[in-house]
Amino acid sequence: MSRYRIMGKGRVDHSAPVSFTFDGKTYKGLRGDTVASALLANGVHLMGRSFKYHRPRGAVTAGSEEPNALIGTSRGAGRFEPNTRATVQELRAGLVTESQNKWPNLSFDLGAINDRAYMLFSAGFYYKTFMWPKSFWDKVYEPVIRGAAGLGKSPTEPDPDRYASRYLHTDVLVVGAGPAGIAAALAAAQSGADVTLVDENPEMGGSLLSDPAVQIDGKPAWDWVEAQLGRLRAAGVRLMTRTTAIGYYHQNMVGLCQRLTDHLDNPPKGAPRERMWRVRAGQVVLAQGALEKPLVFDGNDRPGVMLAGAAQTYLHKFGVRVGDNPAVVTSHDSAWYAAFDLADHGARIAAIIDTRDAVRPDLLEAARKRGIKVLASHTVTTTTGRSRVKSVRAALVRGDTVGAGHDIACDCLLMSGGWTPSLHLFSHTKGSLAWDGQTFLPDRKTEDCEIAGAGRGLWGYQPVLADGAAAGLRALAGLGRAGHDACFTVGNDRPGTGVTHTELPTDGNAGKARAFIDFQNDVTAKDIRLAVREGMRSIEHVKRYTTNGMATDQGKMSNINGLMIAADALGKAPPQVGLTTFRPPYTPTSFGAFCGYLRGETFQLTRKTPIDPWAEANGAVFEPVAQWRRAWYFPKPGEDMHAAVLRECKATRASLGIFDASTLGKIEVAGPDAVEFMNRIYTNPWTKLAPGRCRYGLLLGEDGFIRDDGVIGRLSPDLFHVTTTTGGAARVLTMMEDYLQTEWPDLDVWLTSTTEQWATVALNGPNALTMLKPLVQGVDWDDFPHMSCGECTVAGLPARLFRLSFTGEIGFEVNVPARHGLALWTALMEAGKPYDICPYGTETMHVLRAEKGYIIVGQDTDGTVTPADAGLDWAVCKAKKDFVGKRSLSRPDIVAKGRKQLVGLLTEDGSLLQEGAQIVLDPDQPKPMRMVGHVTSSYQSTMGHPIAMAVIEGGFDKMGETVFVPMPDGVRKARITSTVFYDPEGLRLKA
Amino acid sequence: MLLIHCPYCEDTLPELEFTYAGEAHIARPADPSALSDEEWRDYLFIRTNARGPHYERWRHVGCGRFFNALRDTVSDRFLMTYKAGLPRPPLPQETVE
Ligand SMILES: [Zn+2]
Repeated sequence: MSRYRIMGKGRVDHSAPVSFTFDGKTYKGLRGDTVASALLANGVHLMGRSFKYHRPRGAVTAGSEEPNALIGTSRGAGRFEPNTRATVQELRAGLVTESQNKWPNLSFDLGAINDRAYMLFSAGFYYKTFMWPKSFWDKVYEPVIRGAAGLGKSPTEPDPDRYASRYLHTDVLVVGAGPAGIAAALAAAQSGADVTLVDENPEMGGSLLSDPAVQIDGKPAWDWVEAQLGRLRAAGVRLMTRTTAIGYYHQNMVGLCQRLTDHLDNPPKGAPRERMWRVRAGQVVLAQGALEKPLVFDGNDRPGVMLAGAAQTYLHKFGVRVGDNPAVVTSHDSAWYAAFDLADHGARIAAIIDTRDAVRPDLLEAARKRGIKVLASHTVTTTTGRSRVKSVRAALVRGDTVGAGHDIACDCLLMSGGWTPSLHLFSHTKGSLAWDGQTFLPDRKTEDCEIAGAGRGLWGYQPVLADGAAAGLRALAGLGRAGHDACFTVGNDRPGTGVTHTELPTDGNAGKARAFIDFQNDVTAKDIRLAVREGMRSIEHVKRYTTNGMATDQGKMSNINGLMIAADALGKAPPQVGLTTFRPPYTPTSFGAFCGYLRGETFQLTRKTPIDPWAEANGAVFEPVAQWRRAWYFPKPGEDMHAAVLRECKATRASLGIFDASTLGKIEVAGPDAVEFMNRIYTNPWTKLAPGRCRYGLLLGEDGFIRDDGVIGRLSPDLFHVTTTTGGAARVLTMMEDYLQTEWPDLDVWLTSTTEQWATVALNGPNALTMLKPLVQGVDWDDFPHMSCGECTVAGLPARLFRLSFTGEIGFEVNVPARHGLALWTALMEAGKPYDICPYGTETMHVLRAEKGYIIVGQDTDGTVTPADAGLDWAVCKAKKDFVGKRSLSRPDIVAKGRKQLVGLLTEDGSLLQEGAQIVLDPDQPKPMRMVGHVTSSYQSTMGHPIAMAVIEGGFDKMGETVFVPMPDGVRKARITSTVFYDPEGLRLKA
Repeated sequence: MLLIHCPYCEDTLPELEFTYAGEAHIARPADPSALSDEEWRDYLFIRTNARGPHYERWRHVGCGRFFNALRDTVSDRFLMTYKAGLPRPPLPQETVE
């Protein structure tokens, strides 16, 4: 039996010891313990060091609001987790834990030098140091701060665990299964409504688990809880433990994170570690209770100083006496009950120090009966003790005068500064708050929710139970259902009131007091006052300047204390200063839970073409394009990318290349008004395009900038086969739909996405026609010149055949229904053998088109390029009265001189430019240089030297001139040329 | 996550199924060439940026239809949705300050 464990006491299993390690040392706890309760049972209070000053710290709470006792936990490779709260982590066999922020070890830490140098680290430290010389920041401060002040270690390996995700629709969601939540769920469940009750703890019951002497309806508290949970289960209520409501979003959507395996000795293989629930609730009942506040005094952060309510929880839930000789300092009645309970379980209470002048007579009487010394109207001015508190100094306060202090020996100090309703989820909904003189309470609601119990400032089990039941009934009424009122009889109730303080008065030098408000971020009362002195007026500024409330506990314990002190320093009432905004998540939540299934291969869908299996079987290297995976190049043994691409390019130019173009966006524009629609959408003229012919189409936004392009075939008078860029398909269809539905609903046109209906194979090269001809039936070759299209069969498959070229060679695109794609490809590969047919990928496609100066929208254009800028004026039909974007082409900015224009670039030394590299006219000008453009495309080519395209200010008027391209390894000199590097006369198309 | 009513599907569905499509009731001029540069600029770029009720366009990706909505930009509440082409409805009484 551990030194501080009380035989048979608590909800832990005394017959089930569990071994675990902390900083390499093995300890024994019990099944049902948290790491914190097990360490406390072993007399270990020192559990970590603070973030900034590396001060020794112990657990100050027994719950998820814990700011101090952060540990690293591990279950093997990839399963290390930093900043786990020891007060939440359940014990499991073989659990490995370690403390944080210490070097070389927890009890002797060199980083604690920060604590002596605390003047340097005061409020606004991070901002002020930026005003030091920059070199000082780079070389001294940042490395030192990063080394010394990290919060835990980052895991270094990928997380091997699975995370699940689910949706849930429920009539009533009750958050928090304490007395109010249980009463609300009971009320809501009585009319057949679908009710869900969630609690972040492993067990339901909330504060009743820490108050076993309370009697409800004649039953001891724990028996009552068990009976009610049984009733709820029988009524079909969904009960979820270890489930934290992390955020409250619009229209009653609540995010729940359910922890499934971290408490298990041996999790089932493949079981998800956590599950994220997205719950849409008809009504929400918030019954989250209240959080206890610390008192603010010098040395309130020593190990052994903890919240009185936490000590009560350790006693009753875990059977752990946090000390033999506790002192108590409080401004709230609740701490008196904690003192009595500890006294009744073998602790000798050193004193109850109450800041208030008047204490309830029944409490005084109960203390007297137990022989406990009571010091009313007293303050606490300091504590002693290094790795554990040894004494506390109390002093009588008369008006503004603090009397002489005297030291009281103790081995722990239990404090209570009163209770703050847990407002976080309510605040997520932008619900407003009202100040009641001591704390903020929920006020105006924006969602269909009810707030019950201590979460709206009530205290004592009788009113809280009644309030929970009433909230459950109101939720039912909100659903249009009715239920019966409930009535509870409570015995041994523990009513209480208290007062809220700023920092406690002291007889010492207030400027030297280390009175902590935000324990995790090491913010003291003095920091808040300094921030106000330095001009911060809004609580939001005070928060950011001091970092109060910005730690991972999000100010659960510190926000009200910080506000009280800021308000006092400003001479304003707290509601005039206001509370900072709470944001989701309520408690730190793993990235895995947010990702759920969306990771690795299932992060995003991967679209594959019908020909993808052939590419995979033939050694293609793939690249992602939009959501497609496309064959990038087909290396032969021993080839690198450069060699493979050059071979593919040359083979295509010399004889025949084959390319999977199935990812091209395809849209059918059909209907009696199809040609009118095309005329309005695209820049080009379509009226005179005969069926069986195709044309390059250019699409602008209404602002006149290029949005997309592609070859468009007219298959019949009322049917156009439109192709778009691979990445632009959905966007173009949406844009077309927008105009058709909202601007021109009178047009009789139908738009259909056919991207995935067709597999498209491109054949390019001087032998393309010769090879294809024998396979085609239904085409009159005497009337099928370049830029023709038609329906026919290819290799016996029904096809739409386009004669066009994106390479400068004779070219075809054969479209067959997707299910025939692979058959077509295989047939063409077979028929192409005599011509040494060469499969090529997207990289070769890019090189071949760049040699011809064909642009890629989105690569050579960036949303600020007009047709004229890109040298595509020829594709704009000026005779048309209107088309999308036409009016913008005459806007003053668009016709102004000096616009960036698309040109070719050839480097003087024959080196390859980097895409995205900036271009300057004078490489010797002072920095920052004036940049006149950038490289948009750059490749090794088939012509023995690299080629590039670039947009350059006034580029068309600079043909032949030299520009400079600063690159990491030196400045390149380059000559401006035409973008057509290969076969400028277009003779090869006519061959 | 918001719930949005598609007036075509006549169903209230999660925000994930919808995309925003800019301010509503800005018709494309019948003859853009008749507009001055300033008038065309205003059509292209000048928007209300309302604080409070805002007439705007949304698209239901599920059915592909564009429709109009009145949404309060402060509370992020949808006050109503209605089909494209219908006239701009008046503000609901309670939202008029
Ligand atoms: Zn719809």
